[in-house]
Amino acid sequence: MTSNLPPANYSTDLWQPNRALAKNTELLVKLVFGAFALVSVLTTAGIVLTLIFETFEFFQAVPLWNFLTDTQWTPLFADAQFGIFVLISATIMTTTIAILLALPVGLMAAIYLSEYAGPKTRKRLKPALEILAGVPSVVFGYFALLTVTPVLQFFIPGLQGFNALSAGLVLGISILPLVASLSEDAIYSVPASMREGSYALGATKRETIVSVVLPAALSGIVASVILAVSRAIGETMIVTLAAGQNPRLGFNPLVPVMTMTAFIVQVSLGDTPAGSIAYLSIFAVGMTLFLITLVLNLFSFWFVRKFQEKYE
Amino acid sequence: MLLTKRTLRVSYSMALVALMVSLAACGGEEDTVTTETGDDVAATGDTGDTGSGLSGNVLVDGSSTVFPISEAMAEEFMAVNPDVRVTVGVSGSGGGFKKFCAGETDISNASRPIKQEEIDLCAENGIEFIELPVAFDGISVITNPENDWAMCLTTDELRTMWEAAAQGTITSWNQIRADFPDEPLGLFGPGTDSGTYDYFGEAIIGAAGTRGDYTASEDDNVIVQGVASDPNGLGFLGYAYYAENQDTLALVEIDNGNGCVAPSPETIADGSYQPLSRPEFFYVKTTSLENPAVRAFIEFQIANENKELINEVGYVPVTDEITERAAKRLEAGTTGSVYEGGSPVGVSLKDVL
Repeated sequence: MTSNLPPANYSTDLWQPNRALAKNTELLVKLVFGAFALVSVLTTAGIVLTLIFETFEFFQAVPLWNFLTDTQWTPLFADAQFGIFVLISATIMTTTIAILLALPVGLMAAIYLSEYAGPKTRKRLKPALEILAGVPSVVFGYFALLTVTPVLQFFIPGLQGFNALSAGLVLGISILPLVASLSEDAIYSVPASMREGSYALGATKRETIVSVVLPAALSGIVASVILAVSRAIGETMIVTLAAGQNPRLGFNPLVPVMTMTAFIVQVSLGDTPAGSIAYLSIFAVGMTLFLITLVLNLFSFWFVRKFQEKYE
Repeated sequence: MLLTKRTLRVSYSMALVALMVSLAACGGEEDTVTTETGDDVAATGDTGDTGSGLSGNVLVDGSSTVFPISEAMAEEFMAVNPDVRVTVGVSGSGGGFKKFCAGETDISNASRPIKQEEIDLCAENGIEFIELPVAFDGISVITNPENDWAMCLTTDELRTMWEAAAQGTITSWNQIRADFPDEPLGLFGPGTDSGTYDYFGEAIIGAAGTRGDYTASEDDNVIVQGVASDPNGLGFLGYAYYAENQDTLALVEIDNGNGCVAPSPETIADGSYQPLSRPEFFYVKTTSLENPAVRAFIEFQIANENKELINEVGYVPVTDEITERAAKRLEAGTTGSVYEGGSPVGVSLKDVL
């Protein structure tokens, strides 16, 4: 290092800093950091490629048409059927129930936190909300199975021990912090000048929130909801534990159903030989899951780009 | 940007909590097998005495049904032979044989006899084994305690309920027997990797296999939970799991043409609970027996004096007579399976050993 510093008795004409070494160091650092950035890209590429190859092999054995039109899903059994919509219907059902709970509750909580709560309340409530996000999903799963279901059974006599309803509700609670926290960020970042402008025109607080603040924060709110939907679709423990593992087509929330993630869990827990059709089927299901969340994320990306309001 | 930062923070905190919980879980997982080592092991005579100077590793893997036996045995064994490490894994009967025939384990636990293709695989890799029956289990058909109609089912009715042809068509109790109520049939059972599933399918349906539209779980507690919370539910699992959950489950008697019989330690032991009584096995690799630690452990496991441990975990040990014959097989190094890859259903161990 010392060689790179000017000697004590230097004169500016004589001392030449070693630029070549600095350049090499810069290049090395750039390469190292680039390699680390590449890790995540390569991982994603690896996952997608694995999914594509195994799914391709799956469709060598099972016609795509059967995959899309069968009304039963029993790949592990003697009478093997591959109707993916059996699993999709269950996933849609639990996700819909979850969003029906998380969207209104989360949005209203966000509005309260951002617009009504004083700074002290906000400072306490927000971390509390984020603690909820830190609860492991296996805990939520047992909460649904052992607490929510028995309580619901008290009100709904026909409700079975494993069911989509309680799994969906608890799934909604688990994604609630995501909706609330991200929407709150979006609402909070709407500039105060817009609210003041609205008040100056004589609008009440409610009118300001509904007609000015919410439309301004819309893109952020939609992004948070879509992120929450993606999370609910991919969520595994809660639905595996509480919704049951009975593949059946339909939208009855009172009986056991099997979601896409629950099926992947079921197969991975057992001892399935690599290359067998049961093994390939989890990749086909994984691919379906991946495509659904990909479409959702693309939609969210497009929506945010199109509707994002830029202020100042 | 705000969005991603926030998400990151949320996921960090989630990961942290998950880590904490898993750490706590690890700490909490203490084995609860009661220890009455001293007398028990002193009584085993030569097997116990060899313990003092013994050291080495014993690798056990296989059936989750047999796991509690091996776990209890290993704990007692290691208490007297502190220099021996016995590792017991759970890969299911089939998964256990895969490792065993690849030469990766010394002992394979199984809740069904070894299949012909597994025998072939072992032969291919030059693995010879000795088959040792150790206990009996009765696969128990269970219903919700509120169920007041299905007290006894015939094997034909069970077949109607579970065969592959029932998939999507048999959905109501009155399709099983006309005077049963018109209530939805909620079915729960083990998944296809389980030895219990294999045995039930073979004993009740035959080669055709079962239906697939039931709640299938490799975790027997899911079956317990499902049937206990569904008044119209029915499931099947190992007797030990019924015994553990008697207050939330009802037992169904099985009529195999000779009247209704409920599984119990007595009916399982005397063979009257048919066709769902099944033997459970240890398979030990002959070359591993050259390792004194493996030999001592397997002798310990089949010793008459240690049968109380099998009762304790909820199974019925084989009779002393069968144990004696098994011990002779071990002594003489008799390899191969007495079932020769065939079905164990309806075969009496006393006749074939």
